[in-house]
Order: sequence, then C-alpha cells, then structure tokens
Amino acid sequence: MKAKIHVTLKQGILDPQGKAIEHALDSLGFKNVSNVRVGKYMELDLQQTDTAKAEVEVKQMCEKLLANTIIEEYRYELQG
Amino acid sequence: MNIGVVVFPGSNCDHDCRYVFRDVLGQNVTMVWHKETSLAGVDAVILPGGFSYGDYLRTGAIARFSPVMQAVKQFASEGGLVLGICNGFQILLEAGLLPGVMLRNKSLHFICRETYVKVENAATPFTNDCRSGQVLKIPIAHADGNYYTDPVTLAGLQANAQVIFRYCTADGKVTPEACPNGSLDNIAGVRNAESNVLGMMPHPERCAEAMLGNEDGRAIFQSMIAFLERKNVAGVR
Repeated sequence: MKAKIHVTLKQGILDPQGKAIEHALDSLGFKNVSNVRVGKYMELDLQQTDTAKAEVEVKQMCEKLLANTIIEEYRYELQG
Repeated sequence: MNIGVVVFPGSNCDHDCRYVFRDVLGQNVTMVWHKETSLAGVDAVILPGGFSYGDYLRTGAIARFSPVMQAVKQFASEGGLVLGICNGFQILLEAGLLPGVMLRNKSLHFICRETYVKVENAATPFTNDCRSGQVLKIPIAHADGNYYTDPVTLAGLQANAQVIFRYCTADGKVTPEACPNGSLDNIAGVRNAESNVLGMMPHPERCAEAMLGNEDGRAIFQSMIAFLERKNVAGVR
C-alpha cells in the first residue's frame, strides 16, 4: 500500500518561501496570484494491507515525525 | 565540572564548545556521541550548533530521536543543566523540552552576523554572571531562527520570565528593527519552567575569549559553572 502525505503550514502561519515565490511570479507577469503556500509532499510504501491499520500507522508517523503540529497540518491518501 | 557535549551527525560547533569549557575555562569535557544511552558522570549537557541530519525534514526533527535524547530528557527531568545552542535549541524545541518551534527566517536568508541580546532574566543557572538588562554582543548563524509559539504559550513564557534573551539594539532597545529573523517578541532564548533547560540561537561559544575580540559569550558558561559549584557545595552539606 502506498501512502501519499502532504504537510502544509497552518493558515495564519507566516510562510516566507510562499511570499518569495509569490513575488517572483508577480515579476514574471503572473499578476493574479495570491496566497502562495509551500508545503512538503512525501510518498512511502507500507507493508500493511489493512487500510484501517495503515491509516493508524500513517497518522502516528505524521504526529510523531513528519509534521510539527504546532505550525503544520497534514493530510494523506492511501492507495493499493 | 564535567561538561558533556553531545555530537550528532552534522554538529559543527561541538569542538568550539569543548574548547571554551576545557581550554578557556579549565573544565573537564566529555564528548558524547548521539548513539550513547547514558550521561552518567556528566554535570551539564550542551547540545551544540550545526546541521544535525542535514536539517532534513525540519531542523532538529530527526536528531530528537537519537538514542542520547532519551538520556538528555531523563537528565533534564532530574534537574540537570541542559543548554542548547542554535541547532541545539531547535532540537530541544522538537523534543518538547522547550515550548515553541522555529520557522524559516523572515528574510529567507541564512544570517551570519553579530547581534545584540538583552538579558531579561539574570536569575537563572545560565545568566547569574550577568546583570538583568545587560546587553551582550553575540553572533548568530542560522536560516531557521524565527521563533514562534501560540499566543497562550507566549503569554505564559512572558509571565514566568522564561524569555531569557531578546534581540535588541546596541544600547538595549528591543525594537522590531533589532530583530534579525522575525522572531516573535524578539525572542533569542527561552528557558523551561524549572529553569534548568535553556535554548538560545546566538552562539556564545564563538565569543568567549579576549583573543577573539569579544568575550561576552563567556558569561553564559561561567554562570553555569558557578551554579554547578554552588550546587555541589550545597550537596556536600
């Protein structure tokens, strides 16, 4: 089973990288862009075949390591 | 005193810390590889600056799971002195030994330069050699030093005098312009509630000897040694 995990900054947390990209897009002529937010995307293979159990595992991974829940939130999809 | 300096893969200020404690201040120093599981015989622990695990994922996020960190947590819970400098501060935050988190610097730049910090609380094991309100010139060198925490935690830190250092001007004014990285409330260093764990972004080990042109950082290490010596005397009684 494959897990696809997105970790993003929570709303309201300053994202200097997002701001820099927004300015760069603006200077390239993309004038209608706002709220650029940068996050992380991770993929991993799980040996677990039970979706419910896999979900518990992925949640634990996110809470313990993959996201810092003070400033970040996460979402995931399980496939296969 | 015997000072333990933890070495993670990617630590790069560990030898500077050893030099200050051993060669400048005449203490014993034990280098502790991150795979160690015991801190027996150590009077204080330093988590040095650097780029543990290449700063992968988030600064300090992987180092906090090094075997030695269990021992550091145990040591701290028993009242042992723990000082985290720069990456060491980031590791303490990720490990939950101090509240909050580091965001990328507001400017996105890696900033390596002198800063001034105001000693907001001189009644700690790390600052007893300073005066309250004293301004220290100590350099920073980081990309992720933009301290953040939620408003409730921040209010608690302020109310309990847990903010130990604030970025300021050379004459001690805490202004937004004096903050190099966007840190909330100009925070450069915080302690835990029990006052035995301190994290700070500036590098006192880089300015602890007259030959280097600045020895403001030495006060931090001298404070720790003075505290430990008093504790030992009290223990003998």
